[in-house]
Amino acid sequence: MPVAYPGGEKRKRVSSDTNSPLVRISNLNFAYDNRPILTGIDLEIPRGKLVAIMGTSGCGKTTLLRLIGGQLRASAGDVVVDGQNVGRLGHDDLFRLRRRMGMLFQFGALFTDLSVFDNVAFPLRENTDLSEDLIHDLVLMKLHAVGLRGAHRLMPNELSGGMARRVALARAIALDPMLMMYDEPFAGLDPISLAITGELIRKLNDALGASSIMVTHDVPESLKIVDYIFFMAGGKVVAQGTPEDIRNSDDPFVHQFIWGESDGPVPFHYPAPNYADEMVRRGERHA
Amino acid sequence: MLEAVLDSIARLGHRVTSRVQRLGRASVFLGATLLGSGTAWRRFSLIVRELYYTGVLSLIIISVSGLFVGMVLGLQLYETLQRFGSGTMIGGVVALSLVRELGPVVAALLFASRAGSAITAEIGLMRATEQLSAMEMMAVDPVARVVAPRFWSGVISMPLLAALFSAIGIFGGYLIAVVLIGVDEGTFWSQMQDSVDFRLDIVNGIIKSCVFGVVVSWIAVFEGFHAAPSAEGVSAATTRTVVTSALAILAADFVLTAFMFTGA
Repeated sequence: MPVAYPGGEKRKRVSSDTNSPLVRISNLNFAYDNRPILTGIDLEIPRGKLVAIMGTSGCGKTTLLRLIGGQLRASAGDVVVDGQNVGRLGHDDLFRLRRRMGMLFQFGALFTDLSVFDNVAFPLRENTDLSEDLIHDLVLMKLHAVGLRGAHRLMPNELSGGMARRVALARAIALDPMLMMYDEPFAGLDPISLAITGELIRKLNDALGASSIMVTHDVPESLKIVDYIFFMAGGKVVAQGTPEDIRNSDDPFVHQFIWGESDGPVPFHYPAPNYADEMVRRGERHA
Repeated sequence: MLEAVLDSIARLGHRVTSRVQRLGRASVFLGATLLGSGTAWRRFSLIVRELYYTGVLSLIIISVSGLFVGMVLGLQLYETLQRFGSGTMIGGVVALSLVRELGPVVAALLFASRAGSAITAEIGLMRATEQLSAMEMMAVDPVARVVAPRFWSGVISMPLLAALFSAIGIFGGYLIAVVLIGVDEGTFWSQMQDSVDFRLDIVNGIIKSCVFGVVVSWIAVFEGFHAAPSAEGVSAATTRTVVTSALAILAADFVLTAFMFTGA
């Protein structure tokens, strides 16, 4: 599918140190109240790469994205994005950094009172002094890149799930971010929309010269488009590697996840006392 | 036995401290809203847009309620005043009741039910559907962009709606007293002119409605912004807005009335 994104295949981005990873996470811990979610996470996201973070539901993947975006503060450890420690940034510096990030939320999070055009124009109007003429051209360009220029007058309630996700993608790239984050971009999509979204994510990453982090459960699509994969379980990174490494991995957790086995390191049963013992005790009580 | 007593004291203490904490959080949130109001006032169109939803769309319920309240007042007060041979004072009594009390209070209660609940539900749903998070990730402060315009639109709308409520209520009283019962029209208006003092009655009524506007808008935006991101959460927040606003309006009315009219 052709993606017409102006600026060529790859654009070099000015940065303090282009050899260092764009995102470096070290010894990251996070807890909601006293419930630990992430414990001792160490990972690096290289510049220009599309990286997937996979794992079971509730293992802390989305929390990790929110920590990178500065929406949550770590209990311990560091999240460094382009040389800046996100947890130590003040309000203004954090907002300056966020202008160079884009995030696609699980169900798009489009503003329901704004049209498709105004949704994509929103970050441009709020964060730049560009003229309305220029914003108009930029918005149509972004929408063209996701194949929805013709839908710019529609309201969000007139869009299908896949279209809404693509509009949200156009909005997320409106400010040409250096870092794109995707939270479950394939959730609830039909196979065609899923393939389109996957291809768009890959092509936009390359065209923008950005780095991308994708949180997902979708194994086949991820293995097709990403450069590197981190597997998380129980709040830790338990495995990592290229798609090839992952396919050939004999790690029991990776094997269970990739092949969708119902039992394994991630057990089918929620922890409970032995069923037979429980039945015997119950029988004794009623005797 | 002692354990049960201690337990209930502990539970009561926990409830009180959590209420105080919540009030503290609400105060900090109000401070953040006021600090973030610069954007809303600089881009006044944001407030104008919300004025339509909070103010203009409340016009019908305010007008119709005002008319009926005024008509009921006309009927009840004429009947009572007539017992003391003071039926001709109806114009002044209707106007004073509306301008001092019923206008600001009933309009604020209606405003909380219609506009306050709508503000809470809208912001709560924006929270539940991650629109506020998306805004934050686009480096846009949702307090400045979403909360402040809605807060100020409520503060501006409330006194205008209360004034409209009182005006239409007086017209309702006029319909009953003059058109239906046959009180002399000149007496009706001149009694009103003699009884109602601009500073003591009208200005104090406006001050009351401004205070109610701040209270209702503050509660509505706070509850919406802090709603749990689920259907139950938004529903509970909307209910809390209506209930808390109603109690706060009545309590504030008592305090304001005590300060404004005692000994006057």
